Amino acid sequence: MADITAPAYRVFPIIPALKPGAMEGSGPYVSGEKMNEALGFPGKLVDDWHDKAIAKMGDLLGKYRSLTVYMDACVHCGACSDKCHYFIGTQDPKNMPVARQDLMRSVYRRYFTLPGKLFPKLVGARDLTREVLDEWHNYYHQCSECRRCSVFCPYGIDTAEVTMAARDILDSVGYGQKYDIEIIGKVHKIGNNLGLPGPALIDTMEGLEEDVKEDTGIDVRFPIDVKGAEVLLITPSADFFAEPHIDSLIGYAKVFHATGTSWTLSSMSSEAANFGMFIGNYEQLRKVALRIRQAALELGVKRIVVGECGHAWRVAYSFWNTLSGVGEGADPDDKFAQMLQKQLDHRYRQPTHICEFTWDMIERGALSFDKEANDKHIITFHDSCNVARGSSMGGYPGGQFDIPRNIIKSVANHFVEMDPSTTHEKTFCCGGGGGLLTDDLMELRVKGALPRMEVLKQVADEQGVNFLAVICAICKTQFSKVMPIYGFDRKMVGGVHQLVSNAIRLGEK
Amino acid sequence: MSTFFAILFYFATLVFVVGTFYRIGVYTRTPAPLKIPTTPAPTTTGGVVLRMMREVFLFESLFKANLWTWGLGWLFHASLALVLLRHLRYFTEPVWFWVAMIQPFGMYAGITMVLGVAGLWARRIFVERIRYISTPSDHLMLALFLAIGLSGLMMRFVVHGDVIAVKGFMLGLMHFDLQPLPSSIGLYVHLSLVAVLLMIFPISKLLHAPGLFFSPSRNQVDNPREKRHIAAWAKRMESEN
Repeated sequence: MADITAPAYRVFPIIPALKPGAMEGSGPYVSGEKMNEALGFPGKLVDDWHDKAIAKMGDLLGKYRSLTVYMDACVHCGACSDKCHYFIGTQDPKNMPVARQDLMRSVYRRYFTLPGKLFPKLVGARDLTREVLDEWHNYYHQCSECRRCSVFCPYGIDTAEVTMAARDILDSVGYGQKYDIEIIGKVHKIGNNLGLPGPALIDTMEGLEEDVKEDTGIDVRFPIDVKGAEVLLITPSADFFAEPHIDSLIGYAKVFHATGTSWTLSSMSSEAANFGMFIGNYEQLRKVALRIRQAALELGVKRIVVGECGHAWRVAYSFWNTLSGVGEGADPDDKFAQMLQKQLDHRYRQPTHICEFTWDMIERGALSFDKEANDKHIITFHDSCNVARGSSMGGYPGGQFDIPRNIIKSVANHFVEMDPSTTHEKTFCCGGGGGLLTDDLMELRVKGALPRMEVLKQVADEQGVNFLAVICAICKTQFSKVMPIYGFDRKMVGGVHQLVSNAIRLGEK
Repeated sequence: MSTFFAILFYFATLVFVVGTFYRIGVYTRTPAPLKIPTTPAPTTTGGVVLRMMREVFLFESLFKANLWTWGLGWLFHASLALVLLRHLRYFTEPVWFWVAMIQPFGMYAGITMVLGVAGLWARRIFVERIRYISTPSDHLMLALFLAIGLSGLMMRFVVHGDVIAVKGFMLGLMHFDLQPLPSSIGLYVHLSLVAVLLMIFPISKLLHAPGLFFSPSRNQVDNPREKRHIAAWAKRMESEN
């Protein structure tokens, strides 16, 4: 892995020439037999994979309007063709969103449309051969499901939906990706992606309490499994020990402390991430989400707050109400959802993002800060893709952009924006999202980070930016890993609540 | 020949209507189990209607993506709309007031429509990325529109056809009272290609027109926390445990 070098920065804003086959290959590691079976998938590629895959595709076409419409509607206009960070970084034409969709659309046309059955060549239809299946495994694991293409598509075609369907099909024939499948297995077995068991988690939190006490002289608590707490915090498990994630966890704890909010973690449900979304499998998505419902019911909490994590916030904001009833507005006869919704306090939005929580407290005047504590930082903010394009905050369109920035400006003096064609809804993925944050995809991750690194370089050179604030665990890990390859200090990246933690006043109000 | 075209048009119209309604039926029946609007998205139905109107009439997303494709695409579609409205005069007697009013504009729209198609085709041929993603059918579709446009313009500006008789034929079709179609090669080509267009509509990428209205990333209200959204097939899982 050490020999992977960063691609050269482009002279803005050229669109790269095509390099067909640049990222051909076998794709990420294939998941093993035991992992697959633990999730109810076939252990290895089944003999009748062709028929099974086509049947599964038909099943998904009947269940997802998105897939059916998106397979039909594309006119090959090319609006999306230069929008994907993996295309920009790798120049492989199959990483153009439309071409990535066409890997499946060609098969759809062959088996599900009249022209494709009669005149396959004319409409670009193909049989599902082993080569095509391998191509799926490779290129559908070069998409981070970041939805940037869907912003620009005149029909809103979202390649993420196609990628999810492809991965769901691959899993159903025993040809899934090791990283995702392994992680989902750990959540089911232990309760979090990292496989950190309850006792270890309790130890870690006790250690954190000591650290913060040493730092600040104040007893900031990190409670676990406290029945009757007001807030259940669901946060990505990387927050429990990874750098720089842990500094944001300390930030959340300080916010809860300073506002006198009673809160708790759950050892049974200690994970906000939900890789069920990455593999496009509704059952897995739901099963992972149900752990949170169960924890909320058992602990009797009134609010559920979600830590800094991009896709987790998309799942929480957009899907939790559907999957597990965390939210409001269920029908009166919807017993499943009502059971939980009756318990939750609907003066607050359920679930609440930690940034919504903190900003709300700042607006109420419940928090105060020494902004000078962050004066060594010249900060810019990277909009995480799933937060930007798959969720919202504050109950109004665009709140997901304003609220984290408002917090940063409240706790620090120096904030600058990056090139507006790469922020807000047009933000680039960090290059490691969507279930690709694994060492066997390191080359892809480095190349995929190119567009973000380019604009970061710009503000670093021109405005002296030395801190890249994010609200996503995957962004944090990915940037820490790839930034040194682009010549940045890995410590440049950190969470918004790390900045909050630096500046917050704990003693008084 | 009149009988041939009469049968062709009845058949093509039937295929178009039945086929398109069938696809729309499929889109309507297929559930959208999750909330997936591309955010920032409207939080009210009214907002969604506005977002959709901006997409339909202004091609908002395409505008963000690429000004050339947007300009050529918009020129083509707007011209096509005008041309289609202008052609209503062949199907209405007396001709509606506003259809009569747009006649001169519709004529020029025929020219701008052809220019738009030609520009889009040039882009498909000369831009490496677009060439890479193009299938033979993508080129043929543009050829079809170009040929329809050119044959129409030819009859308007070069070899004038007997438009009164054409109108008689069309009104006759509508009232199941077959009237003779003037014999003209240009007219035969024009009408045949339009019939082809009608017939391939429900089995081709022309489905992008109804498809847009069913695209969950554009037509969903962004209110997942406020209102529980669940598909019937997903709801069934809840009774299983």
